[in-house]
Amino acid sequence: MNNSLLVVVIASGVAYGTPLLYAALGELLAERSGVLNLGVEGMMLVGAVMGFWTVQRFHASTPVALAAAMGVAAFAGMLASLIHAFLVITLRASQIVSGLALTIFAGAAGLSSYLGNDFNLGANPARAQFHAVFPARLQNLPVVGPIIFGHNILVYASWVLVVLVWLYLSRTRLGLNVRAVGDSPAAADAMGISVAAYRYAHTLAGGALAGVAGATFTLAITPQWVDGITGGAGWIAIALVIFAFWRPELCMVGAYFFGALQDLTPELQARGIHLGPTVLWTSSLPYLMTIVVLVLVSASSTRRWLGAPAALGMPYVREER
Amino acid sequence: MAVPAGSLVFAFFASGLVLLATGHNALSSYRQLLDAAFGSKGALGETLVSATPLAFTGLAAAAAFRMRIFNIGGEGQLYVGAITAMAAGLYFGGNGGPSAFPIAAMVVAGCVGGALWALIPGILRAFFRTNEIITSLMLNYVAAYLLTYLIFNTESYWRQTTGFNASVFPTSKDLPSSATWPGATIHLRGGVLLPLGAGLAVLAAVLLWFLYSRTRFGFEAQVLGDSVRAARYAGMRTRRKILAVMAISGALAGLGGASQDGDFRHMLDADPNGLQRQYYGYSGIVVAALARYNPLAVLPVAFLIGGLQNAGNTLQGADFPAGLVGVIQGIILFSALGGELLVRYRVRFVRRQAAAPAPESA
Repeated sequence: MNNSLLVVVIASGVAYGTPLLYAALGELLAERSGVLNLGVEGMMLVGAVMGFWTVQRFHASTPVALAAAMGVAAFAGMLASLIHAFLVITLRASQIVSGLALTIFAGAAGLSSYLGNDFNLGANPARAQFHAVFPARLQNLPVVGPIIFGHNILVYASWVLVVLVWLYLSRTRLGLNVRAVGDSPAAADAMGISVAAYRYAHTLAGGALAGVAGATFTLAITPQWVDGITGGAGWIAIALVIFAFWRPELCMVGAYFFGALQDLTPELQARGIHLGPTVLWTSSLPYLMTIVVLVLVSASSTRRWLGAPAALGMPYVREER
Repeated sequence: MAVPAGSLVFAFFASGLVLLATGHNALSSYRQLLDAAFGSKGALGETLVSATPLAFTGLAAAAAFRMRIFNIGGEGQLYVGAITAMAAGLYFGGNGGPSAFPIAAMVVAGCVGGALWALIPGILRAFFRTNEIITSLMLNYVAAYLLTYLIFNTESYWRQTTGFNASVFPTSKDLPSSATWPGATIHLRGGVLLPLGAGLAVLAAVLLWFLYSRTRFGFEAQVLGDSVRAARYAGMRTRRKILAVMAISGALAGLGGASQDGDFRHMLDADPNGLQRQYYGYSGIVVAALARYNPLAVLPVAFLIGGLQNAGNTLQGADFPAGLVGVIQGIILFSALGGELLVRYRVRFVRRQAAAPAPESA
């Protein structure tokens, strides 16, 4: 039963969706404060390479090394996002070009590849990696075993994070302020909220989560280092935020859906099901669905209702208020 | 001029720090880089191989970004242009030397393919106000899957189905010899091959410059870029402009794809480590931004960045770590973006006086 296609695909959807979820939650925080960061892929790769480096070089017991690796990955992602934050918040540069620059700078043919080669990380598999936390007895339960109990700690931590982000945005004063900054920075400024401080903080938080997302690849999903290991997940995460209407709980659904789609094609092929032309559709589906959702979201009447931050992508210039 | 030149200098300085911090000799890395890009025998020709597609994708990005239409789908439009141009080349080409008709057909087909692919986000933007950034980006992935699919997953028109090699590894048919693009040899440093595509890129840059700065269309598109509201009050047809700008942008990127088939690869390169690893579409945005979206400036910038890319392809070693090219490109772009602000707000450093003058508003 646990080998049936549906269970396998859902379970691996959760596993593959976890980095998407971390990165999307980070991007969601940044976008809710009005900063679009197209550098997610780059920040993820920097986190991935630095997290992996920590595990290889920091000789400690497995849990300590892994915790340190996650901390280093988050810090590295945060540093990368600081470049973007400085350029678009302080210098008011174009968010689009700056985010792209960040992905080029840090991405598969940039800093992450530089560091990975310089530290010679590609030579060995990870010395430590995240394993499933629950005993085999629970994991072997029908259906819920692989789907609910078959995962590593990062998966469960991401569930907690979804709840925290949701509580933060919808139930706290700070979260209300963030939404004000993203929807109407001028009004927020008049209320005495520092637009720049909020945008910096949330862009940096987004970078840290992207770093964690990257390290999820190198320390849990495929515990090794190769250039461009994230394979475009950062871009999917950006799409996912829109797909989820800027809501954390929907990010989770979307992340697992996209994760499951990613695994669907190889899983079907492994079972000897000949896909023929459908392989083009199954692999393109996440991207095409994102476009469809975007079209639905973009009609201005639905846009407000769905929660798109009104000032997304726009620099805030106090003098032009 | 000051900003791009300043950002280049700053980028090399900052990347030098990265090199030093990781225990490399920055000066010898740069010497190697310059040598591989422009100095050594055959380097200029190789640089043109990288610079030609970058000129096309750079022009594509400049054409759109200048109108504040953020087409970042140059990558996918280039792939689709390569696919359609290859179809035209296969269909019309024959034996013998390069002949005008199949080559012209490839040029047209490449433009049309790229333009149609770009019109998808264009139409969505014009009629549903859908953000073109994400849609054009998503289509890059779809185009990449399409390219791979045509060669690896199906016995398509493009795929080589006979012969020994084809049974071992899926590959594309070869471009017929009459459809391969000719080049002109310049007698410089042992001969530099100037591909037809490079000539077409120069022509396209001049045409684009003329269109944008000397015609009514260009003026209206510029107004639209600055203020949609002003354009609408003036009675301009905004939807048509968006569609036209996207089509032009896509056609330029598609032409870059046609040039890949005709000038350089002489096949449809679907190898995931081939054309798709060069990221010409994304680097084109770097080129355009550094050229400040001026079509004529795109050409020299493409040449410079092409040199960098070429050096990155040929050099791999202790002195020249992989990824350095991306680091340098990224820093160039960061500093160009930061420098832009200094120009826009005309920041001047003056000694504080007794009565400070009122701050100049931007």
